[in-house]
Amino acid sequence: MSPRRVTGGRLAWLGSLPFLAYVGLFLLAPTVIVAVGAFTDVANRPTLANIRVLGQRTVLDSFVDSIALSAASAVIGAVLGAVLAWVVVTGNPDGVLRRAATAVCGVLAQFGGVTLAFAFIASIGNQGLLTLALDQVGPRLSTGWLYELPGLVLVYSYFQIPLMVLVFLPALDGVRPQWREAAETLGGSSWQYFRHVAVPLLTPAFLGALLLLFANAFAAYATAAALISQGAIIAPLQIRTALTSEVLLGQANAGKAIALGMILVVAVAMTLYALVQRRSARWLR
Amino acid sequence: MDASSPRSRRQVLTALAGAGSFALLAACSPPPSSSPAASSSGSAGAATSAEEAGGMDALVKAAKAEGQLNVIALPPDWANYGEMISAFSAKYGIKVNSATPDGSSQDEINAVNQLKGTSRAPDVLDIGMSVALANTSLFAPYKTATWADIPDAQKEPSGLWVQDYGGYMSVGYDSSKFPEVKAVSDLTAAAFKNSVALNGDPTQANAALNGVVMASLANGGSLDDVSEGVEFFKGLKGSGNFIPVQATSATVKSGETPVVFDWDYLAAANAKEVPTWKVFVPADATLGGYYAQAINKQAPNPAAARLWQEFLYSDEGQNTYLKGGARPVRMDAMTTAGTVDATAAAALPPVTGTPVFLSEDQATKAKAALASTWAGAIG
Repeated sequence: MSPRRVTGGRLAWLGSLPFLAYVGLFLLAPTVIVAVGAFTDVANRPTLANIRVLGQRTVLDSFVDSIALSAASAVIGAVLGAVLAWVVVTGNPDGVLRRAATAVCGVLAQFGGVTLAFAFIASIGNQGLLTLALDQVGPRLSTGWLYELPGLVLVYSYFQIPLMVLVFLPALDGVRPQWREAAETLGGSSWQYFRHVAVPLLTPAFLGALLLLFANAFAAYATAAALISQGAIIAPLQIRTALTSEVLLGQANAGKAIALGMILVVAVAMTLYALVQRRSARWLR
Repeated sequence: MDASSPRSRRQVLTALAGAGSFALLAACSPPPSSSPAASSSGSAGAATSAEEAGGMDALVKAAKAEGQLNVIALPPDWANYGEMISAFSAKYGIKVNSATPDGSSQDEINAVNQLKGTSRAPDVLDIGMSVALANTSLFAPYKTATWADIPDAQKEPSGLWVQDYGGYMSVGYDSSKFPEVKAVSDLTAAAFKNSVALNGDPTQANAALNGVVMASLANGGSLDDVSEGVEFFKGLKGSGNFIPVQATSATVKSGETPVVFDWDYLAAANAKEVPTWKVFVPADATLGGYYAQAINKQAPNPAAARLWQEFLYSDEGQNTYLKGGARPVRMDAMTTAGTVDATAAAALPPVTGTPVFLSEDQATKAKAALASTWAGAIG
């Protein structure tokens, strides 16, 4: 049944005006500017030269690396985050563990940028606290991998895991204890409940969260910028090079073309997210 | 200047559209009804010298009336700009607004374009030569009182840009951790594992570009051929000596980047934090480079912008650069006149080789070569 409309009338849409204005100004307008810029040169004449930049080897590589980094950190974040969320949800819903975990995750999910990069440099960099401490006992922690793709995966996981906990907790809360009781009443084992009830039920939510993490990592910029200064190995850093280089001038619109490429990748991810989300909502209704 | 301008880790979709939204915000702000210059400070907006502005006293008065100066991309530990700003502020009672201290030269130009007509637009710029030459249409010509002391090759004839300070490309290193560096090729030794860094990416930052050119000179390349430099860093990367982290005073202090290719005046500043920091300028690759000053043609505080120039090129301003280890453009004239700070001059790293400078053509060639080879060599 659909809820009866009690408010509204013809002027109801007025209420959404501020939201639409906001979205228009800060989401649609920049997207249009990027899209138009990608097809124009410095003098605003139409050109395909910027789009051709997308075919360059280094730019293609940066997209491959960006997607690999986002996928790896999303999978790590989603799996570990889901396990952590499961642990939290099995406790008392009003207990200290849950409150502390959600509070900490709320902070850490937003902890990124230069602070995060430098925290890792100071901890496990070549001269990091942990590196030097471990040197005393034996194993050499750092061989420079922190400043390559594997390093980025580790550092990104630091904000991906808490984000997963935050977005996955509501899904786990939706799993009602009655279902487990029902399964047990019918003679099902814990494994059977897990295999045939919990996993199918949570799969859409899990995949949705996975895609969200992917987009989150794909769009992250400052953490990588602070950690890796050479070679612009991921797409956001290619855009930085195009926009701020004091060596290669007049590349701003090539940056917009790369941005357009990123928008397309995110659009694909978000379309998948929306499809999966629809399925997830059907399950939990 | 410095290439890194990290922002918060948020959706890059908004950040990368930054240029666009900036323009948008600028469009939303009220249009400049008249040139701010005309209203606040009489003729200063167009003055090409202090006399034209009615003399030094009139210029000071007009600048004080404006009350503030917008500078951009001036790190306090870069060529002693921290002291420069506070000395100027104290002397004239003018508030200095310092925006994005870690921005690049291109960031400065972007700010001039995007903030055009607002009170936040930068008044004065301190930029690399290639960026200066590409953007002269944005600058106002101005000749300081000390104009005659500046060699002709180091200024635009009408004063659109004037070189202010410079130095030589060097290798700075922590002498407590490594043997003395006597040649660039020493850095390939196993002792330098995980140690050698550049100040930025050479396809982005002028200082890093010059680092690669210097390495090329020291390895049999020439000003026309940077490939030897690229090969050198490729070798360092292969042997694990190179670290791709951006060298800053913070990473030098933490010890993460104990060996850095950088301008000698920036390297010298590290000695404050790391007393054992030494600066080596190779005799076989003495590569010099100067930065330039320019006034934004549409400066919101035109009189203060001109007064800032007078201050920078005065004996006091030039000696302030020198105290930061940078070689001021009037150094020769001041040495002759005996007004140079002798202690600071003696503290400069010794330079034994014959200095060479990249010409504009050579710089262009180096950039093109790096754009196509650097990422592949180091990625």
